[in-house]
Amino acid sequence: MRNESAAIAIKATNLLRRFGDFVAVNGVSFEVAKGEVFGLLGPNGAGKSTIVKLLCGLLMPSGGTARVGGFDVSTQSDLAWMQIGYMSQRFSLYDDLTVEENLGFFSGIYDIPAAKRRNRMDWAIEIAGLSEHRRTLAADLAAGFKRRLALGCALMHEPMIVFLDEPTSGVDPISRRQFWDLIYELAGAGTTVFVTTHYMDEAEYCHRLALVYRGELIACGSPGSLKRDIVRDTVIEVVCDRPASALTVVQNTPGVNEAGVFGNTIHALTLEPAVVTPLLRARLVEQGFPPLKLGPTKPSLEDVFVSLIWHRDRDRPADNASQ
Amino acid sequence: MSLLRLIAIARKELLHVVRDPRSLAMAIGMPMLMLLLFGYALTLDVDRVPIAVLDRSNSVLSRELISRFAGCRYFSVRLHASDYDELEKAIDKREVWMAVVLPEDFARRLDSGRNTTVQLVMDGSDANAATIALDYAEAVCDNFSERMLFEALERKGRSWLQPPIDLRARAWFNEAMKSRHFLVPGLIAVIMMILSALLTSLTVAREWERGTMERLIATPVRGSELLLGKLTPYFCIGMLDVALAVGLGEFVFKVPLRGNVLLVFGVAAVFLIGTPWLGLLISIVAKNQLMANQLAMVVTFVPSFLLSGLMFSISNMPWALQVVTYLVPARYFVSVMRGIYLKGLGVRMLGLEILLLAIFAALVAILANAAFRRKL
Ligand SMILES: Nc1ncnc2c1ncn2[C@@H]1O[C@H](COP(=O)(O)OP(=O)(O)O)[C@@H](O)[C@H]1O
Ligand SMILES: [Mg+2]
Repeated sequence: MRNESAAIAIKATNLLRRFGDFVAVNGVSFEVAKGEVFGLLGPNGAGKSTIVKLLCGLLMPSGGTARVGGFDVSTQSDLAWMQIGYMSQRFSLYDDLTVEENLGFFSGIYDIPAAKRRNRMDWAIEIAGLSEHRRTLAADLAAGFKRRLALGCALMHEPMIVFLDEPTSGVDPISRRQFWDLIYELAGAGTTVFVTTHYMDEAEYCHRLALVYRGELIACGSPGSLKRDIVRDTVIEVVCDRPASALTVVQNTPGVNEAGVFGNTIHALTLEPAVVTPLLRARLVEQGFPPLKLGPTKPSLEDVFVSLIWHRDRDRPADNASQ
Repeated sequence: MSLLRLIAIARKELLHVVRDPRSLAMAIGMPMLMLLLFGYALTLDVDRVPIAVLDRSNSVLSRELISRFAGCRYFSVRLHASDYDELEKAIDKREVWMAVVLPEDFARRLDSGRNTTVQLVMDGSDANAATIALDYAEAVCDNFSERMLFEALERKGRSWLQPPIDLRARAWFNEAMKSRHFLVPGLIAVIMMILSALLTSLTVAREWERGTMERLIATPVRGSELLLGKLTPYFCIGMLDVALAVGLGEFVFKVPLRGNVLLVFGVAAVFLIGTPWLGLLISIVAKNQLMANQLAMVVTFVPSFLLSGLMFSISNMPWALQVVTYLVPARYFVSVMRGIYLKGLGVRMLGLEILLLAIFAALVAILANAAFRRKL
């Protein structure tokens, strides 16, 4: 028992959260192992931030439990807060304080002794790439730097577990790349990283992923296993001219559950590839979009997500009405 | 309770004040401005009322009465008019506030032992000043007729007779009867109240609005540490303001400080622990900064000015309102400050009020902590 729980950094059991009548998080359970990079992927409003806040003890669950670092977040929040670093989705540092002052404030809040403080601050400034902006007011930082500063503040006290709520939203691609390098570095050093995102490409970087949709966890696993084991549909890839215009034709073909533009190709999801493939070819030719290529392909994470949502909505249409 | 955390929060809170010119102006400039403004504008004294005289008697006696008006420090004779028109013009132009008219038969009637009249023409537009000037004029005339009476009796050979009563009014504690001496100590009290509550009332609401509070909750910082850390810089600013205000009272308003200056600061410290807690409580209860600000205004500004005894004597208030004043902490601080300044009272005489201030501080501190815990 002891050994088993020692390897678990985060454990959510039937987490439930209501806002009035609205159920924002509906019976979510998962485990995150120590040193893992665990991603929560879902569209806006899916309930990602609410789950993070429940795990960080910022919201009380309406039901279920959350254990972080071995402590029950509802009853032992003080102990849990010592272990965690939290970077909120919204910038929540002090605009009228400089980079150094913000970091200094958090080092004080975390009771970091004076002897260690200088070191930690230099480290945070270094990893955040803010050495040129030590005395810049947070308000004057560009969006990407603000996020890095927030990250620096969250890591100031060398937490065992960090929660990063959409750390890369509104950040340019290069900074995003650097963010993920840093996340791997942290994980390599044994830190557990819990990160939320609505970017599919970022989700691929996670060791394990949970897909969240309308407050529910619809799938959980490594990106590879999700693509391999979870999808019931076959993905048919269509390459043709003007894919955006051809999409309607694909969508309206009987047997195609869902279709979307993926790069400059169209991905169509179907349960009966043998029937649908010739039909699709015929229709596209008929409508003036002769396919250059048409055939099954490996599903992307997006395909996995789209497929899961489609089946979930079809199997439980009552949920739609109540949402 | 961690000292490092307290220092970190206090430092951060001080930076907020220093970086924001508006709150800096409010913290240091506003109390000084208010003190100067109210200290000068609120004086209820009437000094050197400009008057005109119309002496139609033109006699030794009439000139003597006029010289009494001229010689008394409350009046300055600006015009010796020759007719009513001239008087009227002077009053209309507000060159004089009052005119003294002595009738033609003034000396004749007095000489023949009969009584006579003196007419006072007032500009009633400033009722307060008019009433006070009228009182002074009455006193001058009474004094004059008294003298006349005794001279008459003396002439009849009763030289031993002394006036039955020699009234010498002496106002205790504020001998000079300067309302400023009375107002300034009270003003210091009220300004401290308003300011410290107003400044702190924004701090918690602001953190909720900006999302920084949520960020802080996910750290080991405790509610009591956060609140105490927030309070510290405002307490220091408040004490600095008290020092500035006491300095202004001493050197600008020349209000004599009879009691112990250390006691002034000691009581101010007790008071300045309570009022920022009140501001914090307001900030916790309010949903946003705007509401916090308005709530603080209503809870501190209005009662502190109207119900503290600063401007309106509490004993003259209707019974129900008097009861309410017991709930206004500024009431106790005003009376303590006046006690120290004007009467030179010490801790023993002011013990009850100081105790009540301490109870007030403890009460709002407990309430604020409880309210903050509930909100989490
Ligand atoms: N404090 C709240 N009160 C009411 N509804 C809320 C509150 N916070 C979040 N919600 C709702 O819960 C849902 C999930 O929100 P959130 O967790 O922020 O989603 P995500 O982070 O995935 O975009 C949304 O529909 C949102 O409107
Ligand atoms: Mg979110």
